[in-house]
Amino acid sequence: MLKQLKFINNQLLVCGFCASFFLLSGCSLLPKASVEEGPAHYPVKEVVRDDVAYAIDVYDPWEGFNRGMYRFNAWFDRYIFLPVVAGYAYVTPTVVEDVVSNSFNNLFELNNLGNAILQLKPKATVETVERIVINSTIGVAGAMDVASKFGIYEHEEDFGQTLGHYGVGNGPYLVLPLLGPSSLRDATGNVVDSLTFAAVDPLNLDGHSQREIAFHLLNAVDRRYRIPFRYYDSGSPFEYEITRLLYMRKRDLDIAR
Amino acid sequence: MKTVMFSLIGLLISLGAKANSGYDYPISDPLAATVIGTPKEHMASLPDAIGRSAREVVVFPDREVNSFFPRKALAFTLVKQQQKAPLVFLLSGTGASHRSAKMLLLERVLFKAGLHVVSLPSPTYGNFIATASSAQVPGHIVQDSADLYRVMGLIRDQLQDEVEVSEYYVTGYSLGGAQAAFVAKLDEERQAFDFKKVLMINPPVNLFNSVAILDHLLEDNIPGGLNNIEPFFDGLMSEFTEVYTELENVDFSDDFLYRIYQNRQKEIDQAQVSATIGMSFRISSANMIFFSDVLTNGGYILPKNHQLEKTESTTDYFKVASRISFTDYFNERFYPFFATQSTGVTRESLMWDTSLSSIADYLRTAKKITVVHNSDDIILAPGEINFFTDTFQSRAEIYPRGGHCGNLGYRDNVDFMVNYFSRQGD
Repeated sequence: MLKQLKFINNQLLVCGFCASFFLLSGCSLLPKASVEEGPAHYPVKEVVRDDVAYAIDVYDPWEGFNRGMYRFNAWFDRYIFLPVVAGYAYVTPTVVEDVVSNSFNNLFELNNLGNAILQLKPKATVETVERIVINSTIGVAGAMDVASKFGIYEHEEDFGQTLGHYGVGNGPYLVLPLLGPSSLRDATGNVVDSLTFAAVDPLNLDGHSQREIAFHLLNAVDRRYRIPFRYYDSGSPFEYEITRLLYMRKRDLDIAR
Repeated sequence: MKTVMFSLIGLLISLGAKANSGYDYPISDPLAATVIGTPKEHMASLPDAIGRSAREVVVFPDREVNSFFPRKALAFTLVKQQQKAPLVFLLSGTGASHRSAKMLLLERVLFKAGLHVVSLPSPTYGNFIATASSAQVPGHIVQDSADLYRVMGLIRDQLQDEVEVSEYYVTGYSLGGAQAAFVAKLDEERQAFDFKKVLMINPPVNLFNSVAILDHLLEDNIPGGLNNIEPFFDGLMSEFTEVYTELENVDFSDDFLYRIYQNRQKEIDQAQVSATIGMSFRISSANMIFFSDVLTNGGYILPKNHQLEKTESTTDYFKVASRISFTDYFNERFYPFFATQSTGVTRESLMWDTSLSSIADYLRTAKKITVVHNSDDIILAPGEINFFTDTFQSRAEIYPRGGHCGNLGYRDNVDFMVNYFSRQGD
């Protein structure tokens, strides 16, 4: 799911879905039932202590908004995203699916490279260059990930990590429309990565809006296809909390690497 | 005297060696076996592409969808053979979904045996509690098994035109293993399936003995004591983050933290492993308890009559739920609930009714039921393994090692399961 974050950067779509999210959430202002509340057997006030640092806690001042967005994403995923992905998987042979994934990965190595350089990571920089060269040539324009077979694996670097590398903290947790878990820092990083990619424009999409939309849609579908995460499938009523915790921890780890 | 002693010891060693001869599952420590499972080089060879299909069934069409858990239908997995074949219902362990790692493994085993497979989530799993549980207070094995039986019937109807079934089997691991026996017994009365084969895999004898053991594994082994549960949990989540990748399904069931030990060289520290197993179970039980509480307005953790807003934080409830042992839940919520459901229910009768001992007479005579177990399974109280050898006699296959379900994927275990299910005319 964390990968969903990356590069699904069709700003128009996002704005559209933001709008529909607010419309949807506006409909749920039903009158509250007027049954009187009684205390729980284990009241929060008596169990949760101020002097204990709880591992589950994450800085999440926008939790209400985030939870709403989480629900919207779950709805969108189930009724729109996953059916499209299923259709894609149905009509596309596995070989072609792999080619699609590899090609996107190869293109976005540009972002990995840029951020590896910015973080002054020689190994990641060299290996990313090697990957681009090998996969773009022997790998037939990125269709095959030959480099991994040679033992040169992808170094995932993005601008959020670069910011983190130079000491910028996570900031508040933030659930983005469609893209899912993020933080203020990582969402900023996302925008920078997208703008950079658009500026380099390796496919020369500039000025071909239909091609551009097709490119981003296929990328989104491909990414989703690779991620087995299903909303409300973890078996936990605390899925939001655990997902949030895993996201923040994972990012800390990525940055430390 | 000394000579007698020595020859006695010698005899014991040779007996032990004999009992172990030919079974080479490599991990002798049951706690380590439980978390590590079967190392890759010892895994049975199993088919990879088995064509899993995600399905859903609506169990209670009139039940209102709870906004806290917006799902109407119960999800399950179907794995089909190309031709007419027996269909086996596969039941999962505590808190686990139909897509948990052990289920994915067992699906491949059962597919290899030539069966259609229907994998069901556990009645202790959120989606089941919300959509398929009649009382929505999980843990009562008789009631949970009746709920499973209802679901199986609906699925059979749904698949009628699609899957050619010659006969029906049922199997499950851990809690699901015990439920398989209760399902089989219920079927003797209701006759909807006439199960020909039933395989129980590492079931508990007495559910509440087993959960008490798991509670203690946590409470007695946290470095620095129970007051240090937060730093301990914090450390576990950091380790889990290291092994977690997005490219796999994770359900936060009773074995999700075991991943910390799998496929990596991590030192085995007895107390640490014990507490990890206990913590994994604790999270799983916290999930179940809170789900049930919200859905039944139980007033246990969520204030009575409190309507959870769609965007309301539940983080504090997690903190509370993770402090409650299953034993507390039994005494404070589970027992009082079932005491109001029917007269004459006591703590003791409730524990008895939810144990395999309560159906021992049936199990003794039911030739269709076989059990596989490990004599060092950590969820069994001392001596409980004898229940299986006594009750099932030659129908009990007891391995000397494996901990709790650690050897499921081991060659000999897989061979046994495949043979058992593919054998004709038992």
